[in-house]
Amino acid sequence: MLEIRDLHIKFHNREREAVSGVSLTIHDGEILGLVGESGSGKSVTAMSVAGLLPRKQCSYSGAIYLDGAELLHIDRKELRKKQGKAIGVVFQEPMNAMDPLMTIGKQVEEVLRIHTTCSREERKRLALEALAAVDLPDPEDIYGKYPHELSGGMLQRAMIAAAIVIRPKLLLLDEPTTALDVTIQAQILELLKRLNKESGISMLFISHNLNVVRKLCSRVAVMQRGVLVEEGDVETVFHHPQHPYTQHLIAAIPRRERKENRHGTK
Amino acid sequence: MKYAARRIASFLLTMVIVSFLAFMAFDVISGDPATALLGTEATPEAIAALRTEMGLDRPLGVRYGEWLLGFFTGDLGTSYVYHQSVSEIIAPKISVTLLLSFVSFLLILLISIPLGLSAAKRSGGALEAAGTAFNQFCMAVPPFFTGMLLSYLFGVILKWFMPGVFPDLSTDFPGAMRHIFFAAIAIAVPRIAMTVRMLKSTIQSEMRKSYVRTAISRGNDRSAVLRVHVLKNSLVPVITFLAQTMAEIVAGGIVVEQVFAIPGLGRMLVSSISNRDYPMVQAIVVILALWVVLSGTVADLVNQRIDPRLRLGGDR
Repeated sequence: MLEIRDLHIKFHNREREAVSGVSLTIHDGEILGLVGESGSGKSVTAMSVAGLLPRKQCSYSGAIYLDGAELLHIDRKELRKKQGKAIGVVFQEPMNAMDPLMTIGKQVEEVLRIHTTCSREERKRLALEALAAVDLPDPEDIYGKYPHELSGGMLQRAMIAAAIVIRPKLLLLDEPTTALDVTIQAQILELLKRLNKESGISMLFISHNLNVVRKLCSRVAVMQRGVLVEEGDVETVFHHPQHPYTQHLIAAIPRRERKENRHGTK
Repeated sequence: MKYAARRIASFLLTMVIVSFLAFMAFDVISGDPATALLGTEATPEAIAALRTEMGLDRPLGVRYGEWLLGFFTGDLGTSYVYHQSVSEIIAPKISVTLLLSFVSFLLILLISIPLGLSAAKRSGGALEAAGTAFNQFCMAVPPFFTGMLLSYLFGVILKWFMPGVFPDLSTDFPGAMRHIFFAAIAIAVPRIAMTVRMLKSTIQSEMRKSYVRTAISRGNDRSAVLRVHVLKNSLVPVITFLAQTMAEIVAGGIVVEQVFAIPGLGRMLVSSISNRDYPMVQAIVVILALWVVLSGTVADLVNQRIDPRLRLGGDR
């Protein structure tokens, strides 16, 4: 469903290409993990899929196809029709990613307001449904609350609700659990897994933590310095890493965590 | 609502403290009004007698209490110099100063908001550099100087108004308004420059925040991001700034009223201080303070309506 072909991105104020020649595919209903350290180009890759690349400040080439429609060179107006509707994005640090002066309900509804002709009541009904779908207790109450009144974990659930309320084809998750503590992190991963199973939505999950990716994804791609160094089935990559950088990443996971995972938290 | 009540209570308390400090200051500074009235040649007995007559021999606290009571009933005392009730003298001056402040504030709003918005949208390029330089220039020129230039150009050369002669407000309203308009320009120019810069930097820093990226990722175009998200988030600092502007206008007015010979509160204040007309000075200082503190309080109440985070600790 998503195909990235030979993507090159270079920012004008940098010497090195941020992304050099990345090709990736996500199949229908699949969760692909994209792993790498900060500056590896994983976030830039995701942002170019979401249409959030500052086009004027960089040069880019290659192609991104979402169900056959090219996104990288598409004109701004056409791109906006896809943003939010075909592609939902969940960012790191939900506290900052939400508008502090808008109620949770209005933010969850925003995509519907922009992309559909739903009535006010219809939008509210769908928003409440989405809030319930991400396991937020008492959606009616949450609907009227402001971001500062919720915890980080609840906010991230609300962010996910805002991204899936319109049922996009693809959900981009840019380090969605990094700012959260471990127990909340596990809950969010469970939630994503369930949403994927129930609605068949495809996901691109970005993380610097290979262990987190292993809990959620079936396939994983590893990036280093703008280059895709390894790609494959998550268990294969985990147990038989080919590239030295991948071996390095696995070695960085504390031993106990690695073991726990082998017995399977799920 | 609890927050509003608390804010209003603190407003009243501030006013009491300010008025008491003003009262005390005139008591402490050198220069005795009785001596000022009778001249240095007067006998100590005559001065003492006048002091008793003016009530200056009684303790400070008692005099302040009396004054405060009078303030709430509209009795601001009697002017030492004009031997007339202070409120009667001040009332027409207040309307002139209010008019001048109102016109200045309107000019600031009408000019700086569109300018600030368009400056925020455009960044980089020669136009921005020129704009910034012009802005700096406007900020640096003091209102009394602009006032003199305007008086010379529109008063002496073009004769659009008579510098030094302020038409009576009730008989020649258009003439008085013309006069006030040019004075208002002099007051507004530096504040417009500051407001434009403040708006521009506030909006630009909001545009860099993370929630803007989220809004774009949902399919908002630039103008929708600005309209729906950024403007509301920029409002709180801007309103606080505008409240300060309100206060600054009145302070700036004191000087500009001199330049344009506008018979407002500022002019009255300056002449009353040199006459040691304490009841007048006291009344004007408290009215000016009331204006400043009131605009701050109103801004706080409005901001608290806009930003729910400011309600914390108040509405619980």
